[in-house]
Amino acid sequence: MLIMMKVKLAMLAGALAAPILATTLAPAPQPDPDGALRLTAASFSYRAAGDFSRDGRPVEGPLRKLRLPADLVVMKRQVTVAEYQRCVDDGICLRIGVAARSPDLPVVGVSWHDASAYAAWLTRKTGITHRLPTDEEWTFAAAEKARDEAMPLVDPTDPAQAWIARYEAESARDRPAAIAAQPGGTFGTNSNGLDDLAGNVWEWTNSCFIRVSLDGGQERITNTNCGVRVVQGAHRSYMTDFIRDPRSGGCAAGVPPANLGFRLVLEPSQPVALAAARTIAKLLRRS
Amino acid sequence: MGAAVAALMMTVPAMAGPADDLKLPRQKVELVAPPFVHAHEQATKSGPKIVEFKMTIREKEVVIDPAGTKFHAMTFDGSMPGPMMVLHEGDYMELTLVNAATNAMPHNIDLHSATGALGGGALTHVNPGEQVVLRWKATRPGVFVYHCAPEGMIPWHVVSGMHGTVMVLPRDGLKDAEGKALRYDKIFYIGENELYVPRDADGKYKTYETIGESYADTMEVMRKLIPTHVVFNGRVGSLTGKNALTAKVGETVMLVHSQANRDTRPHLIGGHGDYVWEAGKFNNPPQKDLETWFIRGGSAGAALYTFREPGVYAYVNHNLIEAVELGATAHIKVEGKWNDDLMKQVTPPGPIPPDKVGAADPVAVTR
Repeated sequence: MLIMMKVKLAMLAGALAAPILATTLAPAPQPDPDGALRLTAASFSYRAAGDFSRDGRPVEGPLRKLRLPADLVVMKRQVTVAEYQRCVDDGICLRIGVAARSPDLPVVGVSWHDASAYAAWLTRKTGITHRLPTDEEWTFAAAEKARDEAMPLVDPTDPAQAWIARYEAESARDRPAAIAAQPGGTFGTNSNGLDDLAGNVWEWTNSCFIRVSLDGGQERITNTNCGVRVVQGAHRSYMTDFIRDPRSGGCAAGVPPANLGFRLVLEPSQPVALAAARTIAKLLRRS
Repeated sequence: MGAAVAALMMTVPAMAGPADDLKLPRQKVELVAPPFVHAHEQATKSGPKIVEFKMTIREKEVVIDPAGTKFHAMTFDGSMPGPMMVLHEGDYMELTLVNAATNAMPHNIDLHSATGALGGGALTHVNPGEQVVLRWKATRPGVFVYHCAPEGMIPWHVVSGMHGTVMVLPRDGLKDAEGKALRYDKIFYIGENELYVPRDADGKYKTYETIGESYADTMEVMRKLIPTHVVFNGRVGSLTGKNALTAKVGETVMLVHSQANRDTRPHLIGGHGDYVWEAGKFNNPPQKDLETWFIRGGSAGAALYTFREPGVYAYVNHNLIEAVELGATAHIKVEGKWNDDLMKQVTPPGPIPPDKVGAADPVAVTR
């Protein structure tokens, strides 16, 4: 029995090794068959996401110089309707409500759960870890398309001032000219070669909403809410993970993300054998 | 905002007008589009006069939501709602109603503030390219709805935008229940309007070449009584974001709320109605300290509120589904100094502290 399993493992590893190697060895920034690009790690500036406070008063998140620990392999385009449909056809992803005009359009109307299910499915399918980017990774990939919406300095003892300032900043946001998802490439290519960042489709990230105290020069996370994830696009937003169709209204002002979609990062850089072993383990668990 | 400031200055009386049987002074008023109101005196020492207004009916295509949904509107003077017309009890309104030659349909006006002839509706039928002049005497002080009322098509014209408000002020101004004078520094005029936009098989809003083509489908949606939009001043977001209203701490604002067709319930989130004429008629004493007030479909109401805290206030139809999902929200940005006595965040959001000894730990309690 044990021998049989080993044979099975070897066979699976052999079958899976080819696509993994192809991806790993693809010279950057040529898109691989998945349409992913490898971005060489470099330092970038990043405004920390979440709610920050000092001495009980809201303050901006710190602006940091970051460098990702490794190169980032990320999809050139957002996941399309046709790609998502394959996961639906496999009975894994949920059929979503938005009727697309074309299978080549980015898939929109997806929740964080939908996007995560797709990533898990694609990981199993390819043997390459696919996942949503973190907010830091997205910001690095987006480069000049990432927007730092720092709020103006106001009297910290007056809660209304910060509130009005935020309202005005949100009200000043431009509304996308077109609400419906547009064909890939409509919103241009950034300096990293990625398409449609900060267009009219906002992208889910894996980053959870955090509340951080900066009291006494110490940075301390006082609350982490993974029911709310960071979404990124023309502005950063925090979105409850089951939302598919964001909106503002009531007491909220400004322009909500027009559409929710996603692109994935790939982790082909880990040792092939390890990736294959993980895949096989997952496949075996499923069978 | 300039219009709001101007609204508190008096218009210049125009004494010269056509010969008439009343021998009263005349005043010509230039109308101002909502949410603002033309200049007017809150109380007047002068005698009754004839106040001249002119409104041109315009059928036009408008955009009603941020998604860009197009809608064939019918309007008094180009806005939804039509402009507010203000006069004093005992004055006469002389209204010239013009039906622009470019329009497709006959129109008229039913003024709830007027007495007789279906509120003037029976005497004001005008075809495209015609105008009519109607005079009526303001005998009852209050805020009142006016709307178009063509035979057989009344509800369609009203929910397509043909409604507005007349305000008849007492000659000596507004008063509280004890007879103390009440004044406002600003007046905001909110006209609420529900819309019934037909959808295609995919659920997308349909557009039509002409207003006539939209009629049959729109009537079908209307008869089901489920609006697709409930909006203030003609579109979702007409009074939010860059269009938000503004005020200052200490200012008293008059909020006039008009709904020609359907019940609504305004509420100022974070504030109150200091003095509210819920049914909108100033010979009744205003109610005090209301949280939400009821505006009956086919009526207008008025509320006075003095802002005490700065910040962003949402003024909503407190059917919150209609406010948030369908559009019935306005925002008022109020500048001023925060008052810690009225409200203070004593402890900002943070971790729940560990239980103290003897606190309600269920295990400890049961043992």
